[in-house]
Amino acid sequence: MSPVIETSGLVKRYGRFPAVDGIDLTIEKGEVFGLLGPNGSGKTTTILLLLGLTEPTAGTIKVLGLDPLRQPLAVKRRVGYLPDQIGFYDHLTARENLAYTARLTGLVSTDAEKRIAAALERVRLADVRDKRVATYSRGMRQRLGLAEVLVKQAEIAILDEPTSGLDPQSTQELLDQIRELAGEGVTIVLSSHLLGMMQTICDRVALFRKGRIGLIGKVAELTGNVLGGTHVVEVEASGADLAAVLNGAPHISTVTPLKAGHWRVDTDDDVRADIARRVVSAGGALHAMTIRQSGLDEVYVRFFEGENHDVAA
Amino acid sequence: MTSRREGSPFSGLATIALKEAADHMNSARIHLVMLLVILTAIGSVYAAIGQIKATTGEDQFLFLRLFTTAQQPLPSFVSFLGFLVPLVAIALGFDAINGEYSRRTLSRILSQPIYRDALLTGKFLGGLLVIAICLLALWLLVTGLGILLLGLPPSGEEIARGLAFLLSTFIYAGVWLAVAMAFSTLVKSPATSALCALTVWLVFTVFWPMLAPLIAGAIVPIDPLDPMTAIHQIDLGQAIARVSPNVLYGEATLAMLNPATRSLGLLFASQMNGAVMGAPLPLSLSIALVWPQIAGMIAAVLVLFTIAYVSFQRQEIRA
Repeated sequence: MSPVIETSGLVKRYGRFPAVDGIDLTIEKGEVFGLLGPNGSGKTTTILLLLGLTEPTAGTIKVLGLDPLRQPLAVKRRVGYLPDQIGFYDHLTARENLAYTARLTGLVSTDAEKRIAAALERVRLADVRDKRVATYSRGMRQRLGLAEVLVKQAEIAILDEPTSGLDPQSTQELLDQIRELAGEGVTIVLSSHLLGMMQTICDRVALFRKGRIGLIGKVAELTGNVLGGTHVVEVEASGADLAAVLNGAPHISTVTPLKAGHWRVDTDDDVRADIARRVVSAGGALHAMTIRQSGLDEVYVRFFEGENHDVAA
Repeated sequence: MTSRREGSPFSGLATIALKEAADHMNSARIHLVMLLVILTAIGSVYAAIGQIKATTGEDQFLFLRLFTTAQQPLPSFVSFLGFLVPLVAIALGFDAINGEYSRRTLSRILSQPIYRDALLTGKFLGGLLVIAICLLALWLLVTGLGILLLGLPPSGEEIARGLAFLLSTFIYAGVWLAVAMAFSTLVKSPATSALCALTVWLVFTVFWPMLAPLIAGAIVPIDPLDPMTAIHQIDLGQAIARVSPNVLYGEATLAMLNPATRSLGLLFASQMNGAVMGAPLPLSLSIALVWPQIAGMIAAVLVLFTIAYVSFQRQEIRA
């Protein structure tokens, strides 16, 4: 494993407002890395900094061993970017749009044509490739953006909110394609606030908060560290106080009362049988109990508790 | 920081310029404006030909009269161009940069291995290419019409003067393209930037010629006892009028297409001493006469393009 993206002490201020405020990030080759956080927490700014599209106020960046500020062309030749809310030239067809960017990348036309045909085939747009992009749905545009990354044969693909605004089916399709791309050894950096998706696709994630990385690590590690458990058990019972009943029980980290007779228990194992036994032996009546694996959603909520989410993007 | 950047700022320039030119050539907006220009041009030239035929005089430069003769109620070909070429240029440039923002294509294009320089310069060159093609076609059309209907070929000097006229029209269009592109980088919404550019166009074509003498009159009032003040006022009025590219263009074409033009300002009778009235100047002298006007227009292009360039370089991509 060798790092393909390294940043240290990265700062970007707009006026006096720090959009990115000291980010240290190392992303290894072949990783699928997720940037998570509420709107305005600095994800997109970080991405623009990685591409050299905006200049950092302080700090250093290395992408593929290059400095995106001094060697932006070399970096952009090897890094594909799918921007948030991607736009295409509506009066051109999918093929013409891709041919234009391929020419800008410096591909010769015969080579480009082959790659474009293959890429459109792969994102299942081959049958509409000669239609104007104006007729495309949001999901199709997003896939066309992915096709552009494919045509470039980028070593790193940076995807900014790739699934925002897509219906569930389009989201799934796009995720499958991203996964496929990752399987070919392409390093993928994606930003999102759709946590369920990040959980299934990312090797590691970084949680952004006010321009800083609050947490970084594997999804399982994060849920363990932040929530103190990997499972959530919701218990409905009467006649006993669950917090007292479960005091000292193994595997249980926290017991949170939700409303009268309802509790939420964070655990690092399936302890439903134990809970049931303890409630009943304490003279209580157990009405219901559900268990689920705790996910990034909980980490996110817990981590950003009390945060003001209304910061402008 | 920028001085240490690696890679050519021109990579991708030709690709962008050709793509922009192709887009313009296919766009309904340009078709419409060009149709307007061509129809009015043909109309005015046709009327001029009728006028020239009616007054068979001995004129060494009969062919150049095609461009300058006006028959009521139609203005001459030159004044039509002076009025409509800015419109073409504005149509080509008003949404060059802010259009990329509003289509959300900018970040995608700039994530390709090109510099921002290439995008702006490429768009400008693409616009210029379209203008060059259109003007050349128009010029050939008018010349061809002249040969057919007048039945005589233009002389070498007439062709040379015609080409000089074509070139100055091209530079004039460049000024307005630069105006439109500067607005497209300074103003976020394409509709607003179009309005801004059209306002500037209206001010300079319609109101400026009226305003210039008024401003001059206010600054240098005429003293009835000092005749020099009248001359100062006229000089100043002319200087103020020349801020407008339309005035510069009008003067440039006047000297190019009317070889008898000896001066673009005031002349005293003493200065005309010994001059053969109405005798044509050689082409080289005509060009020398209007060189300041041409240089002024080129300078305007450079200044406006620099404004656009600086403002674009400082913009944030995600704005």
